[in-house]
Amino acid sequence: MLYRLTLTEILQMVKERKTNAKEVFFSLKKRIEEVEKYVNAYITVFDEEPEEKGLLNGIPIAIKDNICMKDKRTTCASRILENFIPPYDATVVERLKKSGASFIGKTNMDEFAMGSSCETSHFGPTKNPWNTNYIPGGSSGGSAAAVASGEAICALGSDTGGSIRQPAALCGVVGMKPTYGRVSRYGLVAFASSLDQIGPITRTVEDTALLLNIICGKDERDSTSADIPVPDFRKALNRDIRDVKIGVYEKGLEDCSKAVKENFKKAEDVFAGLGAELIPVDLPHLEYAVADYYIIAPAEASSNLARYDGVRYGFQQWRDDLMEMYRETRSSGFGNEVKRRILLGTYVLSSGYYDAYYLKAQKVRTLIKEDFDKAFDRVKAIILPTSPAEAFRLGERINDPLKMYLSDIFTIPANLAGLPAISVPMGLSEDCLPVGLQIVGRAFCEDEIISIAHAFERETCFYKKIPVFKEQI
Amino acid sequence: MISKDEIKKVASLSRILLKEEIEEFTEQLDTILDYMNKLNELNTEDIDPVFHIVEFGNVFRNDEIKASLALDEALKNAPQKEGAFFKVPRIIK
Repeated sequence: MLYRLTLTEILQMVKERKTNAKEVFFSLKKRIEEVEKYVNAYITVFDEEPEEKGLLNGIPIAIKDNICMKDKRTTCASRILENFIPPYDATVVERLKKSGASFIGKTNMDEFAMGSSCETSHFGPTKNPWNTNYIPGGSSGGSAAAVASGEAICALGSDTGGSIRQPAALCGVVGMKPTYGRVSRYGLVAFASSLDQIGPITRTVEDTALLLNIICGKDERDSTSADIPVPDFRKALNRDIRDVKIGVYEKGLEDCSKAVKENFKKAEDVFAGLGAELIPVDLPHLEYAVADYYIIAPAEASSNLARYDGVRYGFQQWRDDLMEMYRETRSSGFGNEVKRRILLGTYVLSSGYYDAYYLKAQKVRTLIKEDFDKAFDRVKAIILPTSPAEAFRLGERINDPLKMYLSDIFTIPANLAGLPAISVPMGLSEDCLPVGLQIVGRAFCEDEIISIAHAFERETCFYKKIPVFKEQI
Repeated sequence: MISKDEIKKVASLSRILLKEEIEEFTEQLDTILDYMNKLNELNTEDIDPVFHIVEFGNVFRNDEIKASLALDEALKNAPQKEGAFFKVPRIIK
């Protein structure tokens, strides 16, 4: 069962000549054949057998379908890009190729990464491998579900308001959003450019460190990528966290589900047992984060998505009048959630409303960032739940956008403040649905949250718990 | 309170046609915008807005000619093309 192992374990076996990339590839393909019909984690699965080379020895990785791969269909889970074949690789894909990665497929997602449940995909929803009546989280739900179900060893996702961390939490895997600027966004289909960041989804913190080493770093094709040295993140593993000061955002727990509250308390005990010093921190403006985000993100999206006009690429509804062609193309090409956000974004940017909404939101963003700055004077990192509750049922919130948006309350702040944050599994609910612990760190201090996450993982070993498909019993 | 006419105007600016979904959208966007009024609880008069969350100053590069996408690659995904051009409906009548 090679498909069950971690990337680090597989690379060790390859070194000892106990397996190779082809065996891993075929193990994954077989697993996909068995369970993909229940999960729907992929939009495209590849057939090319891997070549063994480089650091990663050809081990296959799954890529979210909003990250461009040369000559491979990249759909963003939208009808409007259904047949788009990028003529170039995203920088992260180029870096993975240089490190010897091969690829197993492109994963399902909410259309244009707009959603928290993976239900807005043009290719149908992805389901949670722990219980297929439940959502896997979103928007990188396909990547998280693929890693959790054994359909991928590890994957890349993108995170604008929690799109890596929330599905990782709900699927019981590790997901990390690096500091804004750590990873090049070149070749990532833009949603909200001041918030978007690519990151890994893996089974263990060690695998996350390994992938971060490959994908981080300055790229001249993304002027917002940071020219700051990238450390070897694996050196942050196995560190003692005794006396490390960890902030706890206790207020966040008030409205959480029983499973999140109980497991979070246990997580605090684990850290206390490891000798960390837990210090309550207040982030007084966090309660404004959702309202703030759903002004800024749609505003940026409405501008970014203006490029889909049916002329240069993508779906086209030909009309003899140009304006009519734009309207018909966009109206048939985009799904409802994307349309809602374009309308919302256009509204908050429109003349007469700009100051009241967009400018106001950018000011509140300053207040949220200052809350973190103040807290980080006293602590190295802050822990809080990744999501206020375990996964909800498919269809439960799809017609109530505001309720859907509120499930991002704990993940959005790190995007607004540009900070790195990781989600690690912290236990299961009574119904066997995973919940996640989130650790937010200081800008460009990914190593610090990796140390804390790894210490927690070594102590709890939740990654050893894997979902069983009741459909297969 | 956002009206149906305002939604129609915004849809027209966004080059999106709304049909029967306009009722549902108006109601949903009204609820969302109402929630956003929460931000008005905060006095932000003396607060600077965020423009870049990570400040790096200007990013410069040398003005050098580098290889760009080949013409056939750039046209590869075009739904309609003619010769070296993207094809669009006649604009000048």
